[in-house]
Amino acid sequence: MKVRLKVWRQKNSGSAGSFHIYETPDLNPNMSFLEMLDVINEQLAERGQEPIAFDHDCREGICGTCSLVIDGKPHGPHPGVATCQTYMRSFKDGDEIVVEPFRAKAFPLIKDLVVSRKAFDTILQAGGFITVRAGSPPDANAILVAKADSDLAMDAAQCIGCGACVAACRNASAMLFVSAKVSHLGLLPQGQPERYTRVQNMVEAMDAAGFGNCSVTGACEAVCPKSISIDFIARMNRDYAVALLKGDSKKPAGGGAG
Amino acid sequence: MNLLQRVWQSSLGKKYLMALTGAALFLFVVGHMMGNLQVFLGPQAINRYGHFLKTTPEILWPARIGLLACVGLHMIVAVALVAQNRAARPVAYAKVRAHGATAASRTMIWSGLIILTFVIYHLLHYTLTLPSVNGYGLDFSTLRDEEGRHDIFAMIVMGFQKWPVSLFYFVAVGLLCTHLGHGIGSMFQSLGLKNNVWGPRIAGFARAASVLLFLGYASIPAAVLGGFGGGHLEEMRRVAQQRDSAAPPDQNRMVPIGVTNAAGKEK
Repeated sequence: MKVRLKVWRQKNSGSAGSFHIYETPDLNPNMSFLEMLDVINEQLAERGQEPIAFDHDCREGICGTCSLVIDGKPHGPHPGVATCQTYMRSFKDGDEIVVEPFRAKAFPLIKDLVVSRKAFDTILQAGGFITVRAGSPPDANAILVAKADSDLAMDAAQCIGCGACVAACRNASAMLFVSAKVSHLGLLPQGQPERYTRVQNMVEAMDAAGFGNCSVTGACEAVCPKSISIDFIARMNRDYAVALLKGDSKKPAGGGAG
Repeated sequence: MNLLQRVWQSSLGKKYLMALTGAALFLFVVGHMMGNLQVFLGPQAINRYGHFLKTTPEILWPARIGLLACVGLHMIVAVALVAQNRAARPVAYAKVRAHGATAASRTMIWSGLIILTFVIYHLLHYTLTLPSVNGYGLDFSTLRDEEGRHDIFAMIVMGFQKWPVSLFYFVAVGLLCTHLGHGIGSMFQSLGLKNNVWGPRIAGFARAASVLLFLGYASIPAAVLGGFGGGHLEEMRRVAQQRDSAAPPDQNRMVPIGVTNAAGKEK
């Protein structure tokens, strides 16, 4: 099969970008989308042209590095998979495929299809640590966790931080990502001591990064390669409201240790 | 930092404000519909209700001020949110898709703005009773029933007998219901009162509430356009004619002369 690609090319954040059209050679339909881009890049390199820059790493759907908006949908046509697990058999011979970078103010473009998702790291860092008993291994099941809670926490923990939610949201909002990160610890007993300071700090870091607000359209969960539910956003909204109502904790009096 | 400042500055806080003011306005819209539906109980019922509200300023004014505050806050926060949302994506996609987002959810600001335009018209039409906006050139507040109360029944019937007024009403109420179809669910989402169990229940409630509101509101102009209330206006006209033959026209009469002529032209 052969396809025609319309790819966003931009030298760097300072220069203007535009779409370039590339015709692929004959492709194996079982190639992944990224392998197809590799083939084009080999061709470009042979011709002495600049290859297309795109993010990729594990290529097995668990690292969250690959991105791309393929024909208007982050991570391509299928639900619940990342770009690296999107295969050429999902397209028809002769299709024109538009490939764009994730677009958001908080995700500044670096080159071609590569954007900086550093804002996500900043949000995670704002979440801080959880207090755990370091030292000898604890007894198994010393802390009981309800099955329903552990399942829900695992659903949230599936988030690979790829940023597709931001890319799909018409407001470029990062709520789904932040809510997943807030919830997976907030649901477990180990996450309770810092639960409310964590949600407050992460939401404030999110706002400071310039993401948009939630309009509850559900586009984020529809494109999420891990199918994370927007119910987590409701959970984050609840935790943040409780945090605001609780107010800041009392400052320790005096200058004692700790 | 104090609580209000935090609520205002945070993206989630602004959504709380949208949800709380939206919930208050939703409750008003339900109450207002129930008040309006008394029109089907006849002139006595709705005129008594209107008279009760007008003569109870200790209920009327706090409600008006509260509603105005909710509308104002809902609008100001909406504009702030939209401005932030637009700024969050400076470069648009070449190919845009909705990803399952409903049309209602993507057009909340537009349905809201059209509803606002309608509300302003509706207030000029029926609350301030501006003669220039009802198509008769008549001040509706001069309509009086036999007990001297403001004849709200006649005002509603005359108002909706003008089809452009009814059409605007249908459009606005339709948009209100699409706005609420998305808004009611979002209210619970924004306040965090939703999970996998309550999500479907809330979605069902939102659908049912918005359809019932549409039917409730639209039934009134639909009934009027179908001839409802015509008899009451006939009766008014007959009384006015009897009176006119007995005495010369007088502007301070309970039923103004203008009503007779204007309503007569409608038939």
